[in-house]
Amino acid sequence: MPDAPGLELIAQELNDAQEGSVVGTYHEHGQACLIVDPRHILHVLRWLRDTPAQQYRFLAGLHAADYLPAEPRFGVHYELLNMARVERVRVRAALADPGGEELPELDSCVELFPTAEFQEREAYDFFGISFRGHPDQRRILMPEDYVGWPQRRDFPMGGEPVIFTRDEPTAPGWYE
Amino acid sequence: MRRERIRALAPLEQPATREELRVRQLRARDLLRGDLDGAELEKHVEESVLATTLEKVLNWGRANAMFPATFGLACCAIEMMAIVSPRYDIARFGAEAMRASPRQADFLILSGRVSIKMAPVVRRLYDQMLEPKWVISMGACSSSGGMFANYAVVQGADKFMPVDIHVPGCPPRPEALLYGFNKLQRKILGNPDAGWRARYNAAGTEEWAHDETITDGGIEEYQRAREIARAAADA
Repeated sequence: MPDAPGLELIAQELNDAQEGSVVGTYHEHGQACLIVDPRHILHVLRWLRDTPAQQYRFLAGLHAADYLPAEPRFGVHYELLNMARVERVRVRAALADPGGEELPELDSCVELFPTAEFQEREAYDFFGISFRGHPDQRRILMPEDYVGWPQRRDFPMGGEPVIFTRDEPTAPGWYE
Repeated sequence: MRRERIRALAPLEQPATREELRVRQLRARDLLRGDLDGAELEKHVEESVLATTLEKVLNWGRANAMFPATFGLACCAIEMMAIVSPRYDIARFGAEAMRASPRQADFLILSGRVSIKMAPVVRRLYDQMLEPKWVISMGACSSSGGMFANYAVVQGADKFMPVDIHVPGCPPRPEALLYGFNKLQRKILGNPDAGWRARYNAAGTEEWAHDETITDGGIEEYQRAREIARAAADA
């Protein structure tokens, strides 16, 4: 992976090419990450893929995360890999929650990395992140008529509460 | 005659001594010759004929030749596969013929958690099985949801289909599943009439009673439905 100065150089070059595309960087646990403005995510991914000095041509993973109560709330992570140098870099698009029924939106990267099609569907399925320009955006694992975004942190856990005898001190009279 | 002093054997009982065996052989020879009559003949019939009901014989046959459906849901299925192996050997109880189609199967083993996406599929498989049919719910997950108290898993398969036997464990050992299967056999042999229809208040859902208007009422309704079916069979 790029070391910390190398990461800063990448961020600098990206910002030179498109003003304000990289919001921040971090480099910890031996992992390099670029925090990106979601409006410029396609620019960043294309630059990392096609620039001769970078050549991160393989999307090893795409996943979403919910950082509630942090702001911006959602992160979509792209794990990029340069197969020749075996170097990895992570790109995180920091997405704000528009609130209400509205879904956070992001450009789809299927045209850059066809492997992203199913992974973007998974992120849509579990976190309700809508990918603009996705060819076939529908649920992939949950039933098609399912309501809600189950991996969000404010989604109820579900299931049925079971009380055991060890809960007697905290729930007296549970057996009645 | 000396053989009259020998006690009469119970029906189909094996003779205990050489003498008893010899007596039975002589009596059979007399019968074939046509010499047997009166008390001798009655004794012969008593020893060699077993009277029972057709229903009992039918259930005896059913319980000892069960076809399970080849159907695994999750990690319990690994334990379920082991019961066919020579080490546990469900063939001892006549249920080793795993059928690849629900239409040929007699019972279904729910081996693992049932997700809400899988539940309609399981229900369809169950509906496709021919009656009489039974279900064993194997393990904590299919019985109660188990450790998966979350949004994706049905909290107990008996929420959407009838279950006859629940086998506890996570996963149950193959021996436990075999024991559950033996319990199912006893259920089939013992009280075939008080099946899941009586317990789930589902009288009138049989294929042969679909045109009768039977609504509700538990065991009485169920018995009435049986009488209707018997009358239809006699006519």
